[in-house]
Order: sequence, then structure tokens, then C-alpha cells
Amino acid sequence: MTATPSTKAATGAEIKVHKDRSQLRQKRMIGDHFDALSRAKEEGRKVVYTFVPGNLCELIGALDMLAVLPEINALQSGMRGRSGGYIGEAEKSGHSEDVCTYVKCDIGMKKSGNVGPTGVEIPPPDLLLLSYTGCFTFLKWFELLKQEYDCPIAMLHVPYQPDGKVTPAMREYVVNQLRDKVIPKMEEVAGKKLDLDVLSEWLGRSAEAEDDLVWVWESARHTPSPIDGYFGGVYYIGPIFTSFRGTEDAVNYYRELREEVQQRIDANQGPQTPDGRLDDQKFRLVVEGPPNWTSFNDFWRMFANEGAVVVSSTYTRVGGLYDQGFRHDPGDPLGTLADYCLGCYTNLGLPSRVDLLEKYIKDYNADGFFINSVKSCNSFSAGQLLMLRQLEERTGVPGGFVESDLVDPRYFSKSNIENRLQSYLQMLQAKKAGGFGAVA
Amino acid sequence: MKVIVGIDLGSTTTKAILLDEQGRIVGRGITNSRSNYHVACAVAREEALTAARFSMLQRAIDRHIGPVGDAIRDHSDQLMAAFRLELYRRELVVLNAHILQLLDRVLYRAHKAELEGVAQTIIDNMAEKAPALFLGNANRRSDFFRDIAGAAFAAEAEQAAADGLVHFDRLVGLFDRAILDVETTVQERPFGALLEAAAVRAFPGVEHAQTIAVLRDIIADVAAEELDEIAFVGTGYGRQTLPFPKAAVRSEILCHGRGAHRVFNGTRTVLDIGGQDTKAIQVDENGVVTSFQMNDRCAAGCGRYLGYIADELSLGLHELGPLALQAEKVIRVNSTCTVFAGAELRERLALGQKREDVLAGLHRAIMLRAMSLLARSGGIRDEFTFTGGVCKNPMATKILRGLVDDNYGTEITLNIHPDSIYMGALGAALFGLDDVRAGRPNLLPAFAPPVTNVKFDPCGGCITETMV
Repeated sequence: MTATPSTKAATGAEIKVHKDRSQLRQKRMIGDHFDALSRAKEEGRKVVYTFVPGNLCELIGALDMLAVLPEINALQSGMRGRSGGYIGEAEKSGHSEDVCTYVKCDIGMKKSGNVGPTGVEIPPPDLLLLSYTGCFTFLKWFELLKQEYDCPIAMLHVPYQPDGKVTPAMREYVVNQLRDKVIPKMEEVAGKKLDLDVLSEWLGRSAEAEDDLVWVWESARHTPSPIDGYFGGVYYIGPIFTSFRGTEDAVNYYRELREEVQQRIDANQGPQTPDGRLDDQKFRLVVEGPPNWTSFNDFWRMFANEGAVVVSSTYTRVGGLYDQGFRHDPGDPLGTLADYCLGCYTNLGLPSRVDLLEKYIKDYNADGFFINSVKSCNSFSAGQLLMLRQLEERTGVPGGFVESDLVDPRYFSKSNIENRLQSYLQMLQAKKAGGFGAVA
Repeated sequence: MKVIVGIDLGSTTTKAILLDEQGRIVGRGITNSRSNYHVACAVAREEALTAARFSMLQRAIDRHIGPVGDAIRDHSDQLMAAFRLELYRRELVVLNAHILQLLDRVLYRAHKAELEGVAQTIIDNMAEKAPALFLGNANRRSDFFRDIAGAAFAAEAEQAAADGLVHFDRLVGLFDRAILDVETTVQERPFGALLEAAAVRAFPGVEHAQTIAVLRDIIADVAAEELDEIAFVGTGYGRQTLPFPKAAVRSEILCHGRGAHRVFNGTRTVLDIGGQDTKAIQVDENGVVTSFQMNDRCAAGCGRYLGYIADELSLGLHELGPLALQAEKVIRVNSTCTVFAGAELRERLALGQKREDVLAGLHRAIMLRAMSLLARSGGIRDEFTFTGGVCKNPMATKILRGLVDDNYGTEITLNIHPDSIYMGALGAALFGLDDVRAGRPNLLPAFAPPVTNVKFDPCGGCITETMV
């Protein structure tokens, strides 16, 4: 069920990292996708750069175009130890130290030959598709890419959910933009008309995979949890948040993943971690905020070594709050795409995010919740301390807080983060034990 | 006596606390953290064991009714000072031995003839002047050997250089190198022998013969009593680097919170400012931590900030607070970066602003950072306990009090204890006591740093022994 491939750490030392079979399948899928991208120009297929939150992958697929997701390239570069150099390249060309490091990593990668995570060159975009505006940085990011590539841009303005509700007017506003602006622009670039029936087929496959994904997420209600809903979770969301949603590949991946998780439940087993399976779970945590990618396995080990499993996380919901009821609806193609874009986790106001975290803490019977705050990612980090306080008050569950970064290796301080995490877990332990022993 | 050891390995100092089985503090020790954490722990532990033996000695003396007992009680401070003097002299022997070894190394070989005699004279002079340093009224900046010997060596070296004997920098470089060797080995500390020697110094002459005879018996009894270390817990910045079993390592957050709560039972919020960490901790009525925040990314606003400023002004760390208290106004200084604050300090002084006023501003800058961290941790609740090395600084506490009054109201009780620096070690020891009571104490089989074997001249005369 598992394999143990070798990877090379930044130091050059061989490290054995345990991986699930589904992870290996995903790796093959990603490899195939980048191969397809490398052949795109010769095969006459158009390439669309777009972002994860609110991505319209079914629309891109239905028009037979290929998606490139710059954040995913950046995080892959981070995991492969290349982001530091790319960020340096971007800073040389004038980007400030405080700019989102995904942006700098992407710009630096472009300036270094645009070689993707699998070692294959990524083709330039035929279209920049901005389908989510909840992150202001996205707008600026594509402005920069526009200067680099001089290609058309399609922009979908997505209203923020200040009250945690999508009103009919908001939905109509987005549907109108899709129908009148975005789809015509995409058709123009694709050189073909959109077939709504084909789009519906893509959306139907999305919903099928989404059902399995939700089942996997909710499997963490078991004790021991058969999954890690944060570190393992970023692998689970890989296909559905990126270029694969709506494909047969994604449907098969999630079916296999579900079987894998079912086997672990049957055997009363925990998830794989970089150092093996985590069966002895001392702490069940909910995590808020994106992970650090440059020290991803180290960060994961800090939790796993202390017996901490993450049962749910908000980062794994940035590409869709499927467990809150949303499914892509083949019967209402444009309406469902609007709902999807409006429902991004980071498009929610703070009260809705607190509500959601509270729900996760209670539903997943968590001992604690932990925030990894990334200063350069305003979409996530603004208001996190306030959220922490409110959640503590509402749930009585203590929160922990650390700061790191997405892909800038300079901002991950291993000993400091480990110190805080261990302190936090010991605090949970003391709380669970109901205080200290009687001391004179 | 059975004791439980708690050690707090900080970035600046290492502290140890000994508890007895009833949870009473029976000894405490402190030393400077050095490049070898094992040795720092061993020395702090030895200091605590020594303190425990002094407590036992005090109790034994108290049982001795009569004029001899009274005489000993009247001179107990001198006895302790003489004991410190004996320790200092032993360490001078080790220092001398390391200097001699260094002179045979390539770096110094060419200057050996020139340096050897001068260095020897310096050490002999230091030994000769040591009694005045410990038994007189001299004002020492620190109790750590590095600082006392460093100051004495520098003064002697300055004189030797002024006499044209040898270059000052070369001598000081020799000391700087040798002190590292001294600090990375543990010296044996035979309590009975050292205290006997101290007793002879504290009660000189034939007129004290009877006192000495009584003291010898008491010392023999105290030295013979076994101090059985039955449990151990380590905490602090360097805890991960030590060969402690994982179960014997506790987070400093929990230890500081618990230690502060033990000393001040009403504590709900703790501020600990150490060398490179500032911790804002909330605890419940049992002393269990419920929330905490620590400085991330940067140690500006911690103890080293003040240490850097003290270095910039060539002052002792303990002199900063009293000087700042003399300020007439508080100059605004940044708290974002220690190095920038140093630059700002120089600029302000160059502009003619008063040193005291700038120092007041620097103190305010670090306390403002602490207030921000406290706010992030959930604010200040009554009672509020301030711990860590910086709480010994009177200006820091004065500014903190003002900021607490302004932001949280004057009814908040601010607790500061003279032994606040030991709170982490105390918390660790309390966890050790829990372990004992739960029947799973942790011991330290691997806790054995190298011990320097040095032959000591029993006459206590000149410092000419050699290392074996």
C-alpha cells in the first residue's frame, strides 16, 4: 500500500520518505500534465494561467485548453528547494522583501527559464484567467505576468461575502460576467465555441470526485484518524484543486484514495507521515493557514513526532468548501461556477471563518487548533489572532500560533517553531490531564 | 536527603533548583551559559547542591547553642564569602594551567618566553588580591568566574602593558582563549575541603581554635550527608541539545508559568523576559498554561537588547536600570532592531542628549514590545507576575508598572520576586516532583561532562600547580 522512494534534501543527503500509493498516482498525473503542457504549442492547444481559489478548470477543460496554476508551481518549487533562488531573482528585479513569496517565486521562475516542477519547460500563457478577486495580490500578480507575456486577460470580479451569505444579486452578477465577458474571451482564445453539454459532463465528473473527497475528509472523525487533514490533506486536494477537476483521472484518483483510507479505517490505522504511519495519536488538531512549503516534511515531522494528527484544516478548503454542501451541479453550469467562485474559504468574512473553525473543532472532536500565520499572505493572516481569541472563548479549546512563510526559506525558523509547537502540545497535555499533580 | 533537580538552560544563564520530596526549595544555583551546555548544566547543578549543603550547614549551626554557635552565626556571611574565594582560587589554578598549555601551541609559541613570566605574575597577583575582592567591600559586577577573573586579568594586563612588559592585546587574547577551556570543563568541588579552608580564612588565628574545631565537626557531618538526586527535569532554550530523555524535557512556557504561579499563587498572567525570548503566558488557577505568545523572528526587545546597549556604553548590565532611573525625560527610541537601537543611541549621544534620558527611552522601547506580546496572548489579568533576568532591572519594572496602569488599570497587582530568574528551573523541578509522585521519575545516566583533574596545593599558597 505504501512505497518509500528516496528524495534528496537541500543538503544533498538521501532521505527516505514514506508515500501512499495514491500519492504516487498523483505524481504520475502531474508528470503527464506537464508533459502535455510541454507539447501544447506543437499540438496547437491553448494554455491558460489561472489561480487555485475559484478556478474554472471545467470551463478550461471543456474548451480543450490546458491550465497552469502559478501558486502550485511556486509551492512545488518550494518543496523542491528552488524557491529561494527564484525569490532572489525576483528581488533583483525590484520586488520588495514584503511581497507575497508565491508571486516572487513565480516571477523568478519565469526569469530563470520557466522550467516547471517536473523539469519540463512550461509554455507561455495564451490567456491569463483571473477568476477570483478576493486576493488583491492576484490582480497585481497578473498585471506583472501581463507585462512579461503580453497576452489577453479575462477577469471575473467576485464579490466578497461580508455576511457569510451569497445573495441572488451576487450570484447573478457573477453569472452575467461569465456569460458576457469571461466565456466569450475564452472562446476567442480557444478558437471554438463552448458546448454547454460538454461543460456539464466535466461538472458531473467533478461532483463525483468531490463526493469521494468529502468522504475522505470526514474519515478524520474516526479515532485514530486514518488521514492527516493538513499535511496529508494537501496531497488529497492536489488533483481537485488544480488542473484535474472534472477529468476521469481525478475520479479514479479519489476512488483509489477512498479505498486506501477505508483500508486504514478497517485496520484501525493512522495516516502515513514522512517517517511512517501515525497510529498512536495523542493530539487531534484543527489547523488554520497555509503550510510552509520549503520545510514541509520537517514541519509535518514536528507534529507527527509528538503524536499530533491534524483532523481538519481550512487550507485544504481554499479550493472549495465541499464539506459544507457545495457540489458542482451539471444541471446549472454557469450558476454552479458562480457559487464555486463566491464560496472560496478566503472569500468569507472573519465571522464565517470563525464559525467554520468552531464547527471543525467540535465535529472532529479536536483537542486544539493551531494557526500557521503567513505575514505576506493577507488573505489568510489578517485577523487570525482575533479568530484565535474568539475560538478559545467559544470552544474552550486552546489555540496555538506560529509564524512562517509560504516559499521563502529565510522565514522558516525550525527551532523557534518547534519550541512553540512543543510548548503548545505540552499545554494541551496538561489541560487534558486536568492540571498538575498536587504540589506543596 | 533526596532531591529533585530542575534545570533551566537559558541563552544567557543556566539555573538550577533543588526541591526536597515535600516540594520545598532546598537549593538554587546559577551560572553563565557557555559554549558547552553540558558544563553549564553541571555547574548550575553543582551550585544548587552547594547551596543545599549551605542550608544544611545553617540548620546544623542553628542547633549549636552557646557562644561558639553565636560566633559562627555572626560570621556566616564571611564563611560563605570565604567559600566563594576558595572556589575562585581553584578556578584560577585551572585558568593558569590552561594558559600554560596554550603557550605551547603554535599561535603563542613564538611569544612564549615573553608571555610566560608575565602571565604567571598576573595570575599570582590575582590570587593575592582575591581575598580583598571577596572578603572586603569590593563591588563586583557579577558573580561568574568569567566576569570576575576577566576584570581582574584585564586590570593586571593593563598594568603589565603600561610597564612595557608585553602587548596588552596579546595578553587579553590569551585570557579570552583560555577562559573558553576553563568554561568547557567541570571542576571538582569537594565541599568539605573547600569549606574547611574557608573556615580557616573566616576565623583566623589561635583565638578561634575552638570555633574551628566545632565547625570542622559540623562541616564533616554536612559533607558526609548524601544528596540523592532522585529525579530530573530540564527546560529552557538549549534543552533539545542535551542528552536528556524526552520525558525529562518540558517546555519553558509551562515551566515559567508554573514556577511563577508557585511563588505567587494568584498569578494569572506571566511576563518573562530572558536573554533572547520574551514570553507572555496566561495561566489558570492551577498554574496550567492556557495561552502564550513568544517573540518570533527577532530578539529585539529581549535581554540581549539591554546587554548590547550596556556593551555599547561600556557599562555593566546591572548599571543600566539605576542610571535610567535618573532620567529627566524619556527619549523615543525604536524597538524594532537591537543593532539599529545601538546606532540610534550613538546618534542621540552625539547630538548631546543625556545618556540617562536615552537609556530611559531604550527601557521603554523594550517594555512596549512586551506589552504588544502580552496583548496578543490575551492581555494582562490580575495578578501579573514579571520574571526573567530583565525583571531585576528597576527601570524596566518602573516602566512596566506605568504601562500596566495606563492600559489595564492601577488595580492590577504586579509581582516581582528577587529570585524571579529561577522561575523556569522551579517549574521544571515541580514537574520532576510530579514525576516522582507518579512513580516515573527521570534520571540522567548520560549526564557526565568531562571533569578537569587539577592538583591543588594544600597550603593554599602560590598558584603554580599543573594540570594532570
